[in-house]
Amino acid sequence: MRALVIDDSRTMRMLLARQLSGLGYDVLQAGHGQEALDLLETLDGELPVLATVDWNMPVMDGLTFVQQVRSRVEWRGISLMMVTTEAEHEQIVRALAAGAHDYLIKPFLPEAFVEKLNFLGLVPRRVEA
Amino acid sequence: MTLDPGAFAYVSDLVRRESAIVLAPGKEYLVESRLLPLAREAGLADVDAFVARLRTAPDRNAVRSVVEALTTNETSWFRDGTPFEAFRTTVIPDLLQTPAHRRISIWSAACSSGQEAYTIAMLLAENVLPLGRSAEILATDISTEMVERTRDGSYGQLEIGRGLPAPMLVRHFQRSGTQWRVNDQLRAMVRAQQLNLADQQWPYLPVFDVVFLRNVLIYFDTATKRSILQRVRKVLSPQGFLFLGGAETTLGIDDAWTRSTVGGFTLYRPITGGTHGTTPTISPSLATTTGR
Repeated sequence: MRALVIDDSRTMRMLLARQLSGLGYDVLQAGHGQEALDLLETLDGELPVLATVDWNMPVMDGLTFVQQVRSRVEWRGISLMMVTTEAEHEQIVRALAAGAHDYLIKPFLPEAFVEKLNFLGLVPRRVEA
Repeated sequence: MTLDPGAFAYVSDLVRRESAIVLAPGKEYLVESRLLPLAREAGLADVDAFVARLRTAPDRNAVRSVVEALTTNETSWFRDGTPFEAFRTTVIPDLLQTPAHRRISIWSAACSSGQEAYTIAMLLAENVLPLGRSAEILATDISTEMVERTRDGSYGQLEIGRGLPAPMLVRHFQRSGTQWRVNDQLRAMVRAQQLNLADQQWPYLPVFDVVFLRNVLIYFDTATKRSILQRVRKVLSPQGFLFLGGAETTLGIDDAWTRSTVGGFTLYRPITGGTHGTTPTISPSLATTTGR
């Protein structure tokens, strides 16, 4: 299974990619929303089943990326999880309304990420966090 | 609980050296409650004895167990998943068969900081209250600090991140500074009070439809477990449900319970006098196996 990690922080991308790789994912990475869209457009092979999406990024922010993905029927199989420092109630509502499935606020405990994946049914074999 | 100050100092120093996590004074309760299962496993009477052995023979496995026990936050929303799925898909429909005027009553025993009680409250708010039924949850814990935390219903960012799906967060919580607080509807459903399960006499308790007694029996010896399970039967409706932790069972301790497996999770129901040996009805499509 493939996952796409979208974050302008290389450290955060590495952290999430490491966790996802440990769960058996083939991990793709992008530094902003537009780069992720371009990657999806030109992707050879299977689509990711999951994208983790930062909110504040250059070129294209995470919310716009979520809206773009949700406007494309061929990408409806991609689960979208916002992973961001944005922590206002209203922002979470906006992200969910735009089509994000879940929302994880930074900083977070590593097990919290796995718990969210479990809840979304995205851990190949159930892992107790 | 009365952890020896020297034992606490030793453990907090050990954890600080091994994990850089500081257990400040006042965390004696945490140390005692987290290490008691390890002490029991080692065949020792209490945590003081366990720490005394650790001090004289600090082998690596024991040290690692102690550090893990004290640095893992075991309290999360929808903890372990399957019990709450069983509650939503099997127990709630059963509870809705009771007379409409009856208030549904649930006990979250050993509620810690309240995540279990409020998880139940969220499921009731979404699946029971809209049908015009009322419900209440009694949340109890041995620690008055935990009771206060449950009553307050405020949680930090890291706590909120643990297993709570964002759609439920925005429906049932309000942000207040760095904290998230459960909304008034949920807090009105949950009543928190101090109760020591090991006490021989419990305060007056109502009859419950469901008792959540998860991950707490592991702290007690067999006689105490039996006594608690027997007394739970007295406050549980004959048609009620008991939820235990994944590593806990009534088998060989108090055999007056039937078991049904729902979605990989074991639900317990009391064997009533007139129906001894039979399993109270669970929809056959939901109960995958039954037996004692």
